[in-house]
Amino acid sequence: MTNYRRQFIKKTAALAVTMAAGLWHMPSALAFWKAEDFAPGLLDATLKRLVPNQKITDTDQITLKIPLIAENGAVVPVSVSTTLDNVKSISLLVEKNPIPLAIRFELSPMLDASVSTRLKMAETAEVIALVETSDGIYRTKQQVKVTIGGCGG
Amino acid sequence: MSSIKIRSKRIDGKTQVRVLIAHPMEHGRNRDKANQLIPAHFIQELTLSLNQKVLVNCAMGPSISKDPYFAFMLKGGEIGDQISIAWADNLGNKDAADHVIK
Repeated sequence: MTNYRRQFIKKTAALAVTMAAGLWHMPSALAFWKAEDFAPGLLDATLKRLVPNQKITDTDQITLKIPLIAENGAVVPVSVSTTLDNVKSISLLVEKNPIPLAIRFELSPMLDASVSTRLKMAETAEVIALVETSDGIYRTKQQVKVTIGGCGG
Repeated sequence: MSSIKIRSKRIDGKTQVRVLIAHPMEHGRNRDKANQLIPAHFIQELTLSLNQKVLVNCAMGPSISKDPYFAFMLKGGEIGDQISIAWADNLGNKDAADHVIK
């Protein structure tokens, strides 16, 4: 009886190890998602990782359409468009979210540099749009007041 | 039943593509009714292709709302062209759907 129980424990342990290994390998199935970009932390640290040389130009050529007051932080509609040329990617960051980088679109030249989505916002904070072109990285930001936090959603 | 809804609209020679995905997008800090943490479960990657050619690669974190919505504007896009959307989440789930521009 005891013997049987030992075997059971051994097998369960082996199964747990296999499952953990399986979980560990799963992110590698993803092609371009980088864990370090989406690491929790402060906005400055995330910006440093995304833009190692810290050369960000503030511009008014990016239009960030987002409500000034968001009634519900769980769903904040946002649209970004830009008149800049040779856009490679558009990233959206929320200043005070635990993971500041919300999304990064890598766009082909066959698309207009215009995207929309919906963000979660933990609290009143700045929303930052970063546009990467062949010339450099450009930024526009907008303060959004959140009356109900996004923690519930 | 696919988790993905795709709509397209031709506007002045361009094509607007709107995508709605049914997904919980849990960020891992919410608690359920028994006050247990709900594990993080969110889409990490999304790709949009036109006629099997990848046009958009999207990497996202849990700061995207539940049941995520995306809109893109294609330069061109003809009637009969095929738009495909595919996503993968952090638990290894995947889904894909096709849509033909009308």
